[in-house]
Order: sequence, then C-alpha cells, then structure tokens
Amino acid sequence: MAKRGIPEINAGSMADIAFLLLIFFLVATTMDVDSGLMRRLPPWIDEKTEKPPEVKKRNVFTVLINANNQLLVQNEWGDIRQLRKKAKEFIENPKDDPNMPEKKIKDIPFFGKYPVSEQVISLQNDRGTKYEMYLKVQNELVAAYNELRNELALKKFGKEYSKLSQAQQEAINMIYPQRISEAEPKNIGGKK
Amino acid sequence: MSKFKQKSKGGAPKINTSSMPDIIFMLLFFFMVTTVMRDVELKIKLRLPQDISEAKKIEKKSLVSYIYVGEPKPQFQKIFGTEPRIQLNDAFAKLSDIQAFIEKERAARPESDIPFLTTSLKVDVNTKMGIITDIKQELRKANALKINYSSRNKPKM
Repeated sequence: MAKRGIPEINAGSMADIAFLLLIFFLVATTMDVDSGLMRRLPPWIDEKTEKPPEVKKRNVFTVLINANNQLLVQNEWGDIRQLRKKAKEFIENPKDDPNMPEKKIKDIPFFGKYPVSEQVISLQNDRGTKYEMYLKVQNELVAAYNELRNELALKKFGKEYSKLSQAQQEAINMIYPQRISEAEPKNIGGKK
Repeated sequence: MSKFKQKSKGGAPKINTSSMPDIIFMLLFFFMVTTVMRDVELKIKLRLPQDISEAKKIEKKSLVSYIYVGEPKPQFQKIFGTEPRIQLNDAFAKLSDIQAFIEKERAARPESDIPFLTTSLKVDVNTKMGIITDIKQELRKANALKINYSSRNKPKM
C-alpha cells in the first residue's frame, strides 16, 4: 500500500469566485453613515382645550422664515450668519438687559444657586419655505445652545461638554434648557 | 554561444497568481465590514442638506424608520407628477399612510425598543415646508416624537 497524498484541489478559480462575491457586495451595499439633526416633536394635543402657558414677551426670541426664505429675527430683518450670535446673546443675557429674558435663581447641582434665564425660542415658518433654509435655521439655533453649554462646561469643569459625566451634563442642561418651540406654519406665501 | 541561447527563449516570466484569491478575499471582507445593505430603492430625487454642523450620527440603525420626501425621478413623473411626494419603503405613499407605516414599524420590533424608535426624515433640499409640516403632524398623531432630519455631512467624532 503506497501512501497516497491528498490530491491537490485546483484553486485557480478561487480568485474568480472571490471577485464575484466582492462585486456583489460592492453593488448591494452602501457606505454612507446616517447622520442628522435630532429633534423632538411635541406630543399631539387633540383640541386646544388647555391654554398654553403665558410667556412674557421679553422671554421670547422670535424667528420667522417667509416663503422667500428670508428671516425676521426679533422683528428685524436678519441674516442667517448672525442668527447664532444673536440667539446666544439672547439665551445668555449677560448684561441683564430688560428686553432680554428674565432670570430666576435656581438650585442646581455642582453650581449651587445660579440665575437661569427663562428663555424660549419661537420658530415659525411658511408652508412655502424651502426645507434647506428651515434646517439651516434649526441648526443655527441648536448650535447656539450647544455652544453655550460647551462654554459653560469649559468654564466650570475645564472640559468639553461631550466629555462630561452624565450628571454634569444634566446640570448644564438645567442652566441652558433647549426650548425651541415651533408654531403652526402660516400659508401666506401662496401655493404649496 | 549556448550560454545566451536559453535567455532569449524565455519570453515574459510567469507571474505567480496563487495569492490573488487572498488579496481579493481581504478586499471582500473589508467591504463586508464597512458597508451596510442598501435598504430601499429610491424613487425620488434626493439631495440631502449639507453643512449641518450639529448633526449627530445615528447609533442604532435597527431602531430607525425612514421617510423619504422629494420630487419623483423622471421615469415616475408621468404617473406621479413633479410635486414632491412621500416614499415609504419601496413605494410612493399618501400622507394618511404614515400612521399605519409607523404602527407597522413598531409591530416589527420588540416592545422594549419602542420608546427608542426614531423616524429619520430624508428630505430633498428643494422641498417646500408644507408637506414636511403635514408629515410632522401625522407623526405627532402617531406619537412618533423622536425625529431626525437627515443630512449629508460627516458627523463630528
């Protein structure tokens, strides 16, 4: 009985098989990462039985976008590039301006007694507003909050907001709560 | 003379291709790991907004349902017109279908995951806000409150 080795398998077509699989995966899959602006909608209220809570005028920062994608910020013609700065100034109210939101002293962990501004940002758009413009405005407003939070985190903890512990992040969120209220859109711009 | 004879006979030397499958497999595994399966075939023109600095990466893709909005692609324009339309899964849909769609998405997932479900709105930049507002109202009625406005830029790490 002569010992016979295992017969060699012809692997010449292996490359072809691998190529076939490779091409299949190239065609059937995508590489893009899903990213986007996270927002939360207010819950649905069937009828307007409850009156919305009264908000003082000085506490509200109004942003209107019309059908021609123009901005009206606090009753002034506005530019999207300045929106973030204006919103930040309004939310923070560093000089206690009487036209800007009032502050209430609140007890906040890590900070102790801290004056928290009663700000609300009100955003209203037209049915004819372009989605791109709407999203850019939303982005600027969210960015204003995020920058303020980040600045406070650096000042208080010497670290970026994203690197803080959850309890610290929550404390900062209590000082700068994100309040962006969206009003029902108007239909002044004419056709849909 | 015989010294040189052999050389001129040789022709191009054969390249060893035995490691080719290994190389291709490596590429294959790279693509298998880094990519995800294409989920739907788009029937609309979709150009997502760019330069959204506050965009965040969606962590759990299994908890996301997608709503596409945009102008139908040219081959569908004869039937569906050029006005922006909603696409759910692989078909065009009406506004009234959204609530049923959300219910179906919820039923397909374990109950413990339902509060974390996110609806991702993939909307073309040229769409008017009217239709988006209507969709948002439908989502509020369906109590799907976590939404994500999809954008194209790379998220911050």
